[in-house]
Amino acid sequence: MWKREAIVACFSSPTPAQSATSSGDVDPLQKKRPLDDELLAGVGQSILISGELSGDEDLTVQGGVEGKIALRDHVLTVGSHGRINGQVTAKTIVVLGHVTGNLIATEKVDIKESGSVEGDIVAPRVAIADGSHFRGTIDMQPRDQPKPDIRKPEPSSVNGELARV
Amino acid sequence: MSSPASEPETVYASKTLASCLSLLFSRPAAEVVDLGPVIGSNVTFLGDRVDCKIHVEDLYADIDRHIKQDQLDQLPRFLSGRFPLPDASIDAVLGWDIFDYIDPLAASALAEELIRLVRPGGVLLAFFGTVASDHPRYVKYFIEDAAHLRYRSYPAPRRRWILHNRDISLMFAGLELCDSVLLKSGVREMLFRKRPC
Repeated sequence: MWKREAIVACFSSPTPAQSATSSGDVDPLQKKRPLDDELLAGVGQSILISGELSGDEDLTVQGGVEGKIALRDHVLTVGSHGRINGQVTAKTIVVLGHVTGNLIATEKVDIKESGSVEGDIVAPRVAIADGSHFRGTIDMQPRDQPKPDIRKPEPSSVNGELARV
Repeated sequence: MSSPASEPETVYASKTLASCLSLLFSRPAAEVVDLGPVIGSNVTFLGDRVDCKIHVEDLYADIDRHIKQDQLDQLPRFLSGRFPLPDASIDAVLGWDIFDYIDPLAASALAEELIRLVRPGGVLLAFFGTVASDHPRYVKYFIEDAAHLRYRSYPAPRRRWILHNRDISLMFAGLELCDSVLLKSGVREMLFRKRPC
């Protein structure tokens, strides 16, 4: 299983304390905040993990993972250098790198322009950017509300039928 | 977003698309095979609004790979075993214009495989060019709404074949022709249906 201290390279997000200019208008209390509070979990580019990976926080993968990933109520981001070979389960999955395996999200799967996915997606919302690569099956789970009637589009002046043949 | 070397996009009315979607809408948990490259807005439309399960297969990428590897002669055999799906498991096939970019032998192999996949009462939508062109282009078909498609063309590695009606009829002998419409764009839209049991 995932031992954060041992295998995870951490990224810190810019905080007001870090992004402030030298003007000095930074809350001194923020400066003293321990660094641990600002860390986001991440798998760095040079890291390769073989085996199952689970956690209870958001995770960014820039390296390689060979095996299942489960972040039940959190966001998994596969960075542009990230490569995953295995099933992923999370609340939201954002793909900028490569995934070979099924993606199961309780909220959303978002494949960005640089992203590539070969596998099946199960999620209530799926966004696939132009230029991305996807091959597999997409199942956007049944919803409770009835389908809207889309069979009667508004009249339009676009190009149309020439002749029935 | 416009892709490099793209031409102006045009929206065309499509009665065959409307018929195809109408059938899908009437079937709970319908399954669709899309033979084109993945298009995010189509996935949203089909998955979210029509409530289908979508199999994105992108045969155009397969053709490009066979051309790049100089293995076009192996395409018919490849297409015969291309879909790991059970017989009669699919409600609709969005074939777009894929048959225009493969030779007749490969086209027959693909048609046979697609006929195998379609459920009784299910449909196959395919477009066929009627005008030859010296500029090889693929077209991406964006579903605008239930009756309109937006065409976006981009460079292709090989020219379109122009198939005759007789050849098309022979290829889809296992299906009945529901509708055939010639558009101003020179594209013939055809909707085939497998006879209900």
